[in-house]
Amino acid sequence: MNKNKEQLLNKRYKAEQRFRLYGQSAIFMALLFLTIFIFKIFSTGYSAFQKTWLIVPVNFDAELMMLDENPTKQDIEDADYYEIALQSMWNLDPNANEDQQNQLKRMVSYFFEREIKQELLKDPNLLGKTKEVYLTASDDLDQVFKGNYPRDLPEDQRRVSDYQLKIFDQLVANGNVESKFNISFFTNADSREAELAGIASSFMGSIFSILVCLMIAFPVAVLAAIYLEEFAPKNRFTDFIEVNINNLAAVPSIVFGLLGLGVLLAIFQLPRSTPLVGGITLSLMTLPTIIIAARASLKAVPPSIREAALAMGASRMQTTMHHTVPLSMPGTLSGTIIGLAQALGETAPLILIGMVAFVNTIPGSPMDPAASLPVQIYIWAESAERGFVEKVSACIMVLLGFLIIMNLFAQIIRHKFEKKWS
Amino acid sequence: MNLILFTFIVLLGFTSYYFGRKKAYTIQSTKKRLTALPQFYGYYLAIWCAIPAFIIFSLWAIFEPTIVKLLVLSDYSNQGYLDDELNLIYEKTKALSRGQFTGEITPFIEASAEKYLSLRSIAQSSKVVIVLSAIIASVAYAYKRISSNSRTREPVEKFLNAVLFTASLAAILTTVGIVFSLIFQTIDFFKVIPLFDFVFGTHWYPAKAFVRDSSEALDPSMYSDTFGAVPIFAGTFFIAFIAMCVAIPIGLMSGIYLAEYASYKVRQYAKPLIEILAGIPTVVYGFFAALTVGPFLKELGTSMGLEVSAESALAAGGVMGIMIIPFISSLSDDVITSVPQSLRDGSYAMGATKSETIKRVIFPAALPGIVGSILLGVSRAIGETMIVVMASGLAANLTLNPLESTSTITAQIVVILIGDQAFGDPKTQAAFALGMSLFLVTLCLNIVALRVVKKYREKYE
Repeated sequence: MNKNKEQLLNKRYKAEQRFRLYGQSAIFMALLFLTIFIFKIFSTGYSAFQKTWLIVPVNFDAELMMLDENPTKQDIEDADYYEIALQSMWNLDPNANEDQQNQLKRMVSYFFEREIKQELLKDPNLLGKTKEVYLTASDDLDQVFKGNYPRDLPEDQRRVSDYQLKIFDQLVANGNVESKFNISFFTNADSREAELAGIASSFMGSIFSILVCLMIAFPVAVLAAIYLEEFAPKNRFTDFIEVNINNLAAVPSIVFGLLGLGVLLAIFQLPRSTPLVGGITLSLMTLPTIIIAARASLKAVPPSIREAALAMGASRMQTTMHHTVPLSMPGTLSGTIIGLAQALGETAPLILIGMVAFVNTIPGSPMDPAASLPVQIYIWAESAERGFVEKVSACIMVLLGFLIIMNLFAQIIRHKFEKKWS
Repeated sequence: MNLILFTFIVLLGFTSYYFGRKKAYTIQSTKKRLTALPQFYGYYLAIWCAIPAFIIFSLWAIFEPTIVKLLVLSDYSNQGYLDDELNLIYEKTKALSRGQFTGEITPFIEASAEKYLSLRSIAQSSKVVIVLSAIIASVAYAYKRISSNSRTREPVEKFLNAVLFTASLAAILTTVGIVFSLIFQTIDFFKVIPLFDFVFGTHWYPAKAFVRDSSEALDPSMYSDTFGAVPIFAGTFFIAFIAMCVAIPIGLMSGIYLAEYASYKVRQYAKPLIEILAGIPTVVYGFFAALTVGPFLKELGTSMGLEVSAESALAAGGVMGIMIIPFISSLSDDVITSVPQSLRDGSYAMGATKSETIKRVIFPAALPGIVGSILLGVSRAIGETMIVVMASGLAANLTLNPLESTSTITAQIVVILIGDQAFGDPKTQAAFALGMSLFLVTLCLNIVALRVVKKYREKYE
């Protein structure tokens, strides 16, 4: 009898331990996913912050550039750089045949002549002389140099030919290939060429959308929260508003995209693909989040504050505007920032209102077509070229960086400025 | 132009505030008792400045384009043009007046462009005149009222209250906007495609339905067997099911562990770390699923002799499950911690171990809340877009094999609507019909889930 009891107890303790283990492994799994995730993004993305340059001697031959003697600045601006650019690439292998010459040209980026032009504009005295110029390597060579491109594939499955690799290896051996910090990733707009593509346009698009979203969602949400928390009578209608808000917070984001498309674009005829429309759409999405946060922090202000103000003869509006609302602001602001962070990471509604258009200029206002950071991630992720993979990861790193900063900021506001009542 | 006018009106508002307050001080200096604090006199004037400006601006925004269009097109009224042609003419006119017209410029259009421009400038200047005179009149009226020292605080507060109330309508307006934007396109869609074919049809090939010319568009026979949504609905629920298979065990167990077992320290670190998973943008998950998980599963399957699609439902669903873990874990954590301690104490007093208490006492007590959190998770899985767009297939296969690719409602909406859309095309309308069904499904799930959670909260408060 006693033995039976002991067995039973042992069994129960074992079950207890098993259950505990399930719990621990669930937590472990969740954290493991997070770690794999971040590791994967960082390990593929960090190399995008470096860019490979080929150092090529360029002969600034005035004749080939169709320049007269003593050219003016305008002449240099208008000169033909393609020929000398081509010549300098061909000079890497003087014995190249026509096909090989073509391959040589494709070792550098598509706009290599522009880089040569910049060099001359910087120093017009170079005319007629030879100088070693840094040219952006093509994205495939860039990947080869970073070790992301398998060299042992058969040649016809590679985008880099054996010949190009041979010349490239010579350049490497001579120390004429250099890897430097990739500034153009942050200053260039999107491009079809992976080595030139940057996040400047989508970054500005994101900033503009978020600003528009903030300017619409914040005031409306705060006013609505004040009304619902401080003034609204308890009746069916306010209940209905409540249900609406809670429900909107859980409506899939893509439905807001359909709203933007069907109402903002089709009926109000706002310009397509612009951060203005994107911002309005996002503001409708963030509205419930901010309202809920603002209401929670208004609720957290103790009634004694209101009673004290009313006792001093303040009207209800004065009590609210002078005391309750300022005291609730830290909570509201941190909720707003979290809502904006969500909006910043949103992709689907922006795709529907056309912010996926290819934009190779940096938008100067919310009325110019633009992409946004998450949409840029989507666009690049859909591109087949290998060079874009690391760009996607790098863009994700930038986006996650912003999200982390925003969330930290929200935390700081909450902890530093929020009054603890008790 | 509008910006200058707007700035000017804002400046006028500030000036009237200043004069209102000054007036109050003058009244005060005559030893008369003020009816409110001086700044209310200022607010009162400023509000009287803002209201007419706002009304006139909105009237202009609503009516100016239509009236100008009517007047411009009145030249063409008795020449037998169709409505569509008139619209085209008007678009050309506008483009020409902005200098963006690229086609052939006919004298007619040039004349209307000139007319358009002159009408616009007339409208502009009349707007300026009317706004300014209205403001002056209303401010003068208000100034007279405050001079006689009548009440100002009450009207100002009433106005503020009205503003607050209007803001709280934004949520309702958004819902109305959603329904409004979906419903017309959906109705048009069901005029062409019978509801029955949509709900029970098993073939979904929207690419087949492109409009060749406008007469063909309304011929239903052309679209038979094109818009059968069963594969889409099945795919959506299937992927959501896979996601929940990942999310429920992990999310629920970690929620239970955090609430009942974890020490303060573990809780302090593990909880925010898990919640990071909820903060990662979905497009990032999509990239992860498409580039890492999909190929990995494919390789794994090949090594085991299975044929796995690179865009398998398993990859999309699994990654989606990871995304949903934090929703379920934090919600069930909340729900479990709010179960009263007395229930636990009673169970321990009977000699139950911790896990027995959790399984037999706490879990049943918390069940409604947990079900609510799972339903919210399902609604999120159904509405999730980017992961499926990037990682699952775009062709709608009717399959229950997780290793094959399927498509979902959200993915189809994106596929159809990416790029330029022609409204009035059944394909575009199909996307809106899908959006409508998505909205309805998630609406039901949300309402049920929110109600369950709320009921449960009330029970233990």
